[in-house]
Amino acid sequence: MILTKAQYDEIAQCLISVPPTRQSLRKLKQRFPSQSQATLLSIFSQEYQKHIKRTHSKHHTSEAIESYYQRYLDGVVKNGAAPVLLELANEVEYAPSLMARIVLERYLQERDETPPSKSVINSMLRDPSQIPDGVLANQVYQCIVNDCCYGPLVDCIKHAIGHEHEVLLRDLLLEKNLSFLDEDQLRAKGYDKTPDFILQVPVAVEGHIIHWIESKASFGDECSHHAYLHDQFWSYWNRFGPGLVIYWYGFIQELDCNRERGILLKACFPTDIVTLCHSTA
Amino acid sequence: MSAVLESLLREEVSVVAAVRWVARFGVKAPPARPGATTLSRCPGRPRGAGSPGRALSDPNLEEFPSRRLGAPPGPQGEKQPAAGRSRLKEGVVFGDRNVRKPVATLSRTKPSRRINPTPVSEERSLSKPKTCFTSPPISCVPSSQPSALDTSPWGLGLPPGCRSLQEERAMLRKERSKQLQQSPTPTCPTPELGPLIPSRTGSLAAEAADPARVSSRKRLEVVALVYSSCIAENLVPNLFLELFFVLQLLTVRRMVAAKDSDLEPSQDSLESPLFQSIHDCVFFAVQVLEHQFQVLSYLDKGTLKLLAENERLMCFSPALQGRLRAAYEGSVAKVSPTMTPSAQAVSFQPETDNRANFSSDRAFHTFKKQRDVFYEVLREWEDRHEEPGWDFEKGLGSRIRAMMSQLSAACSHSHFVRLFQKQLLQMCQSPGGAASSVLGEAPDVLNMLGADKLGRLRRLQERLAAPPSSGGPCPPPTFPGCQGFFKDFILSASSFQFNQHLMDSLSLKIQELNGLPLPQHEPGDEDGESDVDWQGERRQFAAVLLSLRLLAKFLGFVAFLPYRGPEPPPSRELQDSIVALRSQVPPVLDVRALLQQGLQAHRAVLTVPWLVEFLSFADHIVPLLDYYRSVFTVLLRLYRSLVLSQEGEGEMCFLNKLLLLAVLGWLFQIPTVPEDFFFLEECQVDAFEVDTAASEHGLDSVPVVDQQLLYTCCPYIGELRKLLASWVSGSSGRSGGFVRKITPTTTTSLGAQLPPSSQGLQAQLAQAFFHNQPPSLRRTVEFVAERIGSNCVKHIKATLVADLVRQAESLLQEYRVAQGQEGGDPAQLLEILCSQLCPSGAHALAQGREFCQRKSPGAVRALLPEETPAAVLSSAESIAVGLATEKACAWLSANITALIRREVKAAVSRTLRAQGPEPAARGERRGCSRACEHHAPLPSHLISEIKISPCSLQDVLSLAVGPRDPDEGVSPEHLEQLLGQLRQTLRCRQFLCPPAEQHLAKCSVELASLLVADQIPILAAPHRLERGQARRLLLMLLSLWKEDFQGPIPLQLLLSPRNVGLLADTRWGLWDLLLFLLRELVEKGLMDRMEIETCLGSLHETPWPGDFPEELATLSRLFLAELHLPEPQLRACELVQPSRGTVLAQS
Repeated sequence: MILTKAQYDEIAQCLISVPPTRQSLRKLKQRFPSQSQATLLSIFSQEYQKHIKRTHSKHHTSEAIESYYQRYLDGVVKNGAAPVLLELANEVEYAPSLMARIVLERYLQERDETPPSKSVINSMLRDPSQIPDGVLANQVYQCIVNDCCYGPLVDCIKHAIGHEHEVLLRDLLLEKNLSFLDEDQLRAKGYDKTPDFILQVPVAVEGHIIHWIESKASFGDECSHHAYLHDQFWSYWNRFGPGLVIYWYGFIQELDCNRERGILLKACFPTDIVTLCHSTA
Repeated sequence: MSAVLESLLREEVSVVAAVRWVARFGVKAPPARPGATTLSRCPGRPRGAGSPGRALSDPNLEEFPSRRLGAPPGPQGEKQPAAGRSRLKEGVVFGDRNVRKPVATLSRTKPSRRINPTPVSEERSLSKPKTCFTSPPISCVPSSQPSALDTSPWGLGLPPGCRSLQEERAMLRKERSKQLQQSPTPTCPTPELGPLIPSRTGSLAAEAADPARVSSRKRLEVVALVYSSCIAENLVPNLFLELFFVLQLLTVRRMVAAKDSDLEPSQDSLESPLFQSIHDCVFFAVQVLEHQFQVLSYLDKGTLKLLAENERLMCFSPALQGRLRAAYEGSVAKVSPTMTPSAQAVSFQPETDNRANFSSDRAFHTFKKQRDVFYEVLREWEDRHEEPGWDFEKGLGSRIRAMMSQLSAACSHSHFVRLFQKQLLQMCQSPGGAASSVLGEAPDVLNMLGADKLGRLRRLQERLAAPPSSGGPCPPPTFPGCQGFFKDFILSASSFQFNQHLMDSLSLKIQELNGLPLPQHEPGDEDGESDVDWQGERRQFAAVLLSLRLLAKFLGFVAFLPYRGPEPPPSRELQDSIVALRSQVPPVLDVRALLQQGLQAHRAVLTVPWLVEFLSFADHIVPLLDYYRSVFTVLLRLYRSLVLSQEGEGEMCFLNKLLLLAVLGWLFQIPTVPEDFFFLEECQVDAFEVDTAASEHGLDSVPVVDQQLLYTCCPYIGELRKLLASWVSGSSGRSGGFVRKITPTTTTSLGAQLPPSSQGLQAQLAQAFFHNQPPSLRRTVEFVAERIGSNCVKHIKATLVADLVRQAESLLQEYRVAQGQEGGDPAQLLEILCSQLCPSGAHALAQGREFCQRKSPGAVRALLPEETPAAVLSSAESIAVGLATEKACAWLSANITALIRREVKAAVSRTLRAQGPEPAARGERRGCSRACEHHAPLPSHLISEIKISPCSLQDVLSLAVGPRDPDEGVSPEHLEQLLGQLRQTLRCRQFLCPPAEQHLAKCSVELASLLVADQIPILAAPHRLERGQARRLLLMLLSLWKEDFQGPIPLQLLLSPRNVGLLADTRWGLWDLLLFLLRELVEKGLMDRMEIETCLGSLHETPWPGDFPEELATLSRLFLAELHLPEPQLRACELVQPSRGTVLAQS
């Protein structure tokens, strides 16, 4: 699951302008059978997010919003059961969930004559049944379930995956009899930056001392890794010394270049752990 | 020469004047005044700051800037340049009776400084040009003098370093070509100067030096003696500078000949230059080195090796070479460069760093960001500061200032300063980082390659056109390695608030460390185990000292930063007004008080080195201020008082002194210290009493400094080695040296970090463990390990070693019984015992390990908070066990054999002194009975004291042996009484010492022999003891021997030829008593049969008169026969000896 930069680039190349749907993912899986689905999904998701970030503004001009809303209305008038909103999103290469949000927001504004609050929208997106218009509710729901990169469903899944991996890591630490402080304990003590786990007694992994472990249930590409380095990993190093980052879905090999400096990357829980011998004497 | 000295004395020239004359070797004046012997001093160390261009404009200085060894009389002299004439004006005229006050003249003369060569190297391209000019007296490589001086104090706003590098190179080329034009013969670049000038440059081949061709040997010897005395008495400002000069003379390559080199130097005339040839230079150098042997012997092993291998030295003084070689072989002073570990961050400690320590959420989060920016900046510096063209200010300046501007609240400043200071200490002072970062240079390549390969390196070296040395023997203060980051950070931040907080924090930490009660070695404790504590103390001292020096250096830097300028104030008036202004500014830290306290508490060895670091950053005005002037004066007095040859009780240890001399000598060469300070300040050394009378044991008299620390603090001492190494590299290939031991050359320490071994990894893990724990945890674990380790050694000594000593004593006893009373050669005995016992020392390690394992965890547990998590606790325990074991086992494995040996040796000599094995060897020594009131006759009385009546054993013996008066004698009752007293004495052990008991035992055996031979003179007629009485007395003696004596009894004496001879003498033939005694001895188990047989057998070897041998043979046969027949001994006796039987019947 650790990819070279070249391997990664090859995958990323295939993802340009591919809608975030199950079908796309299936194709990707066929194209790269040796990679795990989770890794591909993670890469896909990241690449797609980059694409969305680049194009976000053009979908949010008032002209664009008006045009999307109009096309939606026209569509459902023709056939309320057709996937109007989803097809619209795919057509303009925008995330279905985000397209649903745009249209919902516009709809509520028209109905209430005031811009709706964020919480109301979020709430309706989480539970489309709250949406007063039944047709819109169905359309929104269809978008959300078909979007594998954005939307409350995806957020929830991501959160769950993150949590699962933290629990997994915790179990592994307990199994290895390594004692640690977790994020909550650290926050309670007043630490200003908190990795997932701080080892109370440091260990060595592949010859490198580590004091803390951060679990990342994603693929480590350049973009996300640099952001993490700046916001998290170096800050941890500045306070607790060298540590280990586990990218459960793999990472670009070339990014693991700070080992000597004190940031070690792994794609799984390390097997080569040396602990402080308790019976040295 | 002696005439000169006489005249010097007559002219009341102080020794200082003499030494300065000697040290600078006057240039003879032009013959304008024939007859007058004029010695002008040349400005040996030109004040570079004042005349930056001189070094280049005056090519003479290129070759030989500081010490000129003769001036040309004749036409050359008349053409002397203006610089030379001004020198003459300053010069001292010796031997001229008209000059009455040469001292004053000298005092006015400014002692000149040496020029600091600016090494043309990449390393220098990053550091700023030095504003300080001190350097080797003879420049090593042509033309590497400083080109242009930067006028800004710390090189702020300088162009990037690479530019100056290019400039330097360009100038170098220009200078070379200029030289070539000036002197058609490259070997003779200085035609204006004296006839012959030592040069350390030029072609590969060095001129050979020949002891036979030394001119005016006598004169050189005297000058060398005076010069050496001045060095020994600390009358020179810098000991190592003089040594450096002497070594330069030793390694002079050739004399550069002037045009009129055919000048005939007249012997012993002051008109001739002191050094007329290379032979003179080398001869003088070797003479001085002989006088300075003691100092040399304390240098590091590498320097000693190079010195001992120097073929010139070998040629001129084989004796000195031999001593150096011996010193080299005995030296353990290996100074090793260590690698700096990569930076580690200061850990976040909730106690001091969490939200509760900040005034607001904003301040807390601001500081959070600042911490990250600080390390980001540090990481970038680590990555890029060695890149050519990278500039600190350009690269990081704005980011640093942006960060500093966010530190609004005072509280945030103190947080940041704490982080800054901790990071400074962590990066620049860690034991691993100390050496290399202080040295501030790549590991010494010359050193690593070894002398043999140096020849090859030389060509490369020439192409690089830079001397291998970094800054000469007196480099200016610099910020090597990581220190550079912190210096540049302070400069770029240019924040008044930050500087103030930093000074506060540094001052506090300095006072804290300076006052640290460093555990003192207990002088009374001469036992070996204190070594364990010593090593720990030495390490601790080194750590504290290096921290203090680092902090003081930065304090000095920041404190004097606003006042620093490249030059002193131009005019006197301006200077006075500045002094008036500055005088009212209180010192940033009361260093004067700290210095005085340090001296009083005999802790100069701790205080002075950091104080020197602090003062080395003083600006030009500082030494003029009353406060600091008094500090300098005290330091000068201290310097003068540290005479190395004075050793004794309460004196400072040699290496401690050497460290202080080195750092103070260095300080006196700093340009901001007034040049004439050393000579003007004619302080009264007598008045400086505080240090000489050591009433108590202070740190000064504890050997806390070793060579590693000395060379770490004073890397410039390593210049001596480099100088010698460069000689080897230049001299021809025959410089194999005597030391043939080949050490494999590895380059591992030059390369990247090797993957850590599992052992190394464990050590790293242990280190890392403490990183995020509160500091108290580490202190606790280290304390426990240190104490348990020390206790472990004590315990082993009290148990294992004591047991071994007891074994040794009983072995010795056995051995002596087997060998007879005479035993053997004590040394041989010791060897035998040690060879048997020392292998048992191996148990010490196992026992030590067990002890540490048993004792450490409990101690750690007792000292750590109850709430410590279990995993942390158990790791802390195991680290404590490991450290304690390591400490104890390291000491034990190195010393246990020696310890056992020493203890056994002490036991053996104790035993031998007591003339026999300890009674303890025969079993438990019994004391008096419980009821004993110690009223028994004193042993001494029994032996000999009482003379009034013959009642002591000695008296009886002497009476018996004679000669005696006819009326002298003893009564049988008296004898019985005497034996009774003896019994009492033996039963009361209160006053009995082993020698007395042994003496009594011996006397009692003698008495028995006399009884057997019937030799006791009895007062009453028939003047002989009755047979029954004799037997009774013998039985008493037997009982004493059996019951009361606890030491060995020399019973074999009974059958010594002398005592048996008594029987022969009397011809009385009382064989029955002897037989009786022997039988009883065997019966009581006092002697065994074999022993008696052996003794009887050996009696046959003695030539006896008449038929005595036959009687002896009969006795032997009877004795042997009786043993097989238990009962009828008496009968047998009587049967065999009918004639004597009649005697018996008669009595």
